[in-house]
Amino acid sequence: MKANEIYDKLKEEFGDEIIDLVEDEISDPFINVKPDKIDDICLFLRDGEGIDFDYLTMISGMDLGDAIGVVYHLYSLEYKHSIVLKLQVPKGNPDVPTVEKIWRTADWHEREAWDMFGVNFVGHHNLIRILCPYDWEGFPLRRDYKEPEEYHGMKVPY
Amino acid sequence: MKEKKNIDVAYSLLESDRMRLNVGPQHPSTHGVLRLEVELDGEIVTEVVPHIGYLHRCFEKHCENMTYPQCIPFIDRLDYISSMSNEFPYVIGVEKMAGIEVPERVEYIRVIMAELNRIANHQIAVATFGLDAGAFTPLLYLFRDREFILSIFEKASGGRLLYNYFWVGGLASDVHPTFKEDVLDIIKTVRQTNAEIMDLLVENRIFVERTANVGILPADVAINFGCSGPMLRGSGVAYDVRKAAPYSIYDRFDFDIPVGMGERGTLGDCWDRNIVRMREMEQSCRIIEQAIEQMPSDGDVKEKVPARVKVPKGEIYVKAENPKGELGFYIVSNGKPKPERLRARATSFVNLSVINDISKGYMFADLILILGSIDIVLGEVDR
Repeated sequence: MKANEIYDKLKEEFGDEIIDLVEDEISDPFINVKPDKIDDICLFLRDGEGIDFDYLTMISGMDLGDAIGVVYHLYSLEYKHSIVLKLQVPKGNPDVPTVEKIWRTADWHEREAWDMFGVNFVGHHNLIRILCPYDWEGFPLRRDYKEPEEYHGMKVPY
Repeated sequence: MKEKKNIDVAYSLLESDRMRLNVGPQHPSTHGVLRLEVELDGEIVTEVVPHIGYLHRCFEKHCENMTYPQCIPFIDRLDYISSMSNEFPYVIGVEKMAGIEVPERVEYIRVIMAELNRIANHQIAVATFGLDAGAFTPLLYLFRDREFILSIFEKASGGRLLYNYFWVGGLASDVHPTFKEDVLDIIKTVRQTNAEIMDLLVENRIFVERTANVGILPADVAINFGCSGPMLRGSGVAYDVRKAAPYSIYDRFDFDIPVGMGERGTLGDCWDRNIVRMREMEQSCRIIEQAIEQMPSDGDVKEKVPARVKVPKGEIYVKAENPKGELGFYIVSNGKPKPERLRARATSFVNLSVINDISKGYMFADLILILGSIDIVLGEVDR
């Protein structure tokens, strides 16, 4: 299925939650969605007839200045099509519903997005840091990240 | 003076007759700096919590300050035992965005190097898996054969393990004059040793009893967890990026995808994953023979390498079949010489998350075998 067919199906099911479809010659096409109902959208994408996105490739975070973006890459093993979903949340209140009950691989990807960008996934059973030490402060991949001066008595910048 | 923070980690309830055992981060059997917190009921494993991050080297933050060709040594160090295969998706992605077409000779050399790397990686995987089960001799035989492959890489790029060989638009240098004969000799040796290893290790009754019916991963669980590579193919799902979404010139070659069939136990156990790796080595030998035959014998490998890599604004997700599974790069470019965001979708990171679900109910010695059959490299898990 092509990206615009998937977009049409989503638009007819969810209406206003889907913002638009952006296509380019060199980029992969992506669909901008609103963050509130992302778990319903993903359930529809996973179980929908002929859509069948049973493989979540990854969830990435992005720093977009005054907002934080979350990017979902989905793939279907049977129909061999893929789609990209993007959403944006404000930096002051980065709450996104979790999709870990839909694809269990989202567990570790969401923990990494929390660790690196500070995106709070509402409903996750164990949202703690995964790559940084458990008591690290700050969100390293944000553009305005300042390294702490010391960590447990060890000097951080070298 | 900063006071120690109270860390609230949500563990499952600890019963009074269960024991928590810490495995790692230094341990001779763990394949890298991985810490596993295992809850045991006597000898039976009831829960495994992996703690990772000991080898986190901030790859994604570094790449935001490097130009596109400068990122390649960082990408080598992701899965440090199969560096050629790591560089493959990245250079293909950047070339696709920048609109560069590489000459034919470069494509063939890239495929031969990537497949030799696949053989080298599977040799380590089978050798260390045998070592986890207690067999030391296959490790020595396979590492001896791996040295021949590494000497070819050393003649081409200068390094045995980390190469910086695939450049955007071509290769770093051409191969040495007796490349074709050397590679065909290696294929002969690999096939001979693999026949010995089948006899010595894989069909050995002790090995079969230890690995069959252990660590069973059903196909739907594997798909839901995003597994790829021999983990997914060992459970019966025939998904290989080289056939599903062919990149480079893989559609010109004739090869099969080995899939686990539950021959010695249940479908999706450790023995199945191991036999998939053994059979993939044979398929790689087939691809290399065909590529050597079809390869053009002259051509400049550096003619399309640009002085400055100019990538227009856009984003792309490009994936390739690493020996361990699907390795992908999400490259976001804003037109400047440095990428805005370069995210690596690492195979071992996703494959490792399965370990809690597939090791419940087995004994502790089996847990080490299951960890060996997942075949992780901590460089990829932590990046």
